[in-house]
Amino acid sequence: MKRVSLKKRFRVKNIFVFVVLVYLGFQMLSLGFLLDLKDVKGVAKYYLENDIKDTQSANVVTSIVVNYRGFDTLGEVTVLFLAATGLGAILSGYRKVKKQKILANTMLQYGSKPLLAIIILFGAYIFIHGHLSPGGGFQGGTVIATGFLLMLLALEGYEIKHGYIKWTESLAGLTFVTVGLFGLFLLGSFLADFLPLGKVGNLFSSGVIPIIYVAVGFKVGSELTGLLDNMMGVVE
Amino acid sequence: MIERFLMNTHYIVLIGVILLLIIGFFGALTKRNLIKILIALGIADTGVNLFFITIGYISGKTAPIFSKNGLTASQMVDPVPQALVLTAIVIGVAVLALGLSIIIRVYEHYGTLNVSRIKRMRG
Repeated sequence: MKRVSLKKRFRVKNIFVFVVLVYLGFQMLSLGFLLDLKDVKGVAKYYLENDIKDTQSANVVTSIVVNYRGFDTLGEVTVLFLAATGLGAILSGYRKVKKQKILANTMLQYGSKPLLAIIILFGAYIFIHGHLSPGGGFQGGTVIATGFLLMLLALEGYEIKHGYIKWTESLAGLTFVTVGLFGLFLLGSFLADFLPLGKVGNLFSSGVIPIIYVAVGFKVGSELTGLLDNMMGVVE
Repeated sequence: MIERFLMNTHYIVLIGVILLLIIGFFGALTKRNLIKILIALGIADTGVNLFFITIGYISGKTAPIFSKNGLTASQMVDPVPQALVLTAIVIGVAVLALGLSIIIRVYEHYGTLNVSRIKRMRG
């Protein structure tokens, strides 16, 4: 271990920064005393009380993300898309070497293939049941991306076809916007719920929420997979 | 005041939030290595997410999901911060990856990750 001199370890600037941050932390703690955390108020109260009537979705968080603030979610998905595309643009032009220094264990190599199917099934379960249970498109998409991360780490020379990823991503984004435009033309506002609401607790219920969340799941999953594939095996 | 402090779970979590934020900003302000700065910003990001969830939490209430018969809206915590954090986590991961890719390019161009050395170089 390299020895660092005491003078270098405790620079005056670092101590000053530390003291200022601790002071701000205490200020924030005193702000915590002012918070009145006894009851849900304001717009959150409206969401909790009218969720069943408005959307028939059991999960209130889902109905906020997709229905009440669906336009926000479209913007957030766009931010994700821009980050993934920017990463692809920045890292383009590198010669990719996919050779592993140490080969993965035989168990891992053969076990990861059936495991990928199970992980994808679990991710799909999470985003299909987004309006009924804790979960949704963002979480399910991330789970699917971890399955592909396992494949990239376990198998040498594993290729993810970029054409499929691009098509899935584009079609999912297009579905989101198309559903929104249907709402605009049929009911007069973007992302308005034009489908029958059904009954709370059923899989086919709560109008456009499952369609949009499945689209978001595919989009997030394909974007994060592409992102992992871009970061994988980069050598100048 | 101490009693009130210890009785409420909010303040314990709030101390965790403040520690995460202090660690994050301290690392971002004092470290010289670009990757360490990015890791520190990721830690601060986690602190902010935990802060949102803490604000929305009300002790004794459950998750905002009508999973059982008989659950009413008055038994649930605030759903709005959870909806915000849900997307913020995924976007945080993507932005972290974007930052890492920029760092790869910076290293290729300058041959070092030290911020003060990069600042001294021209072009």
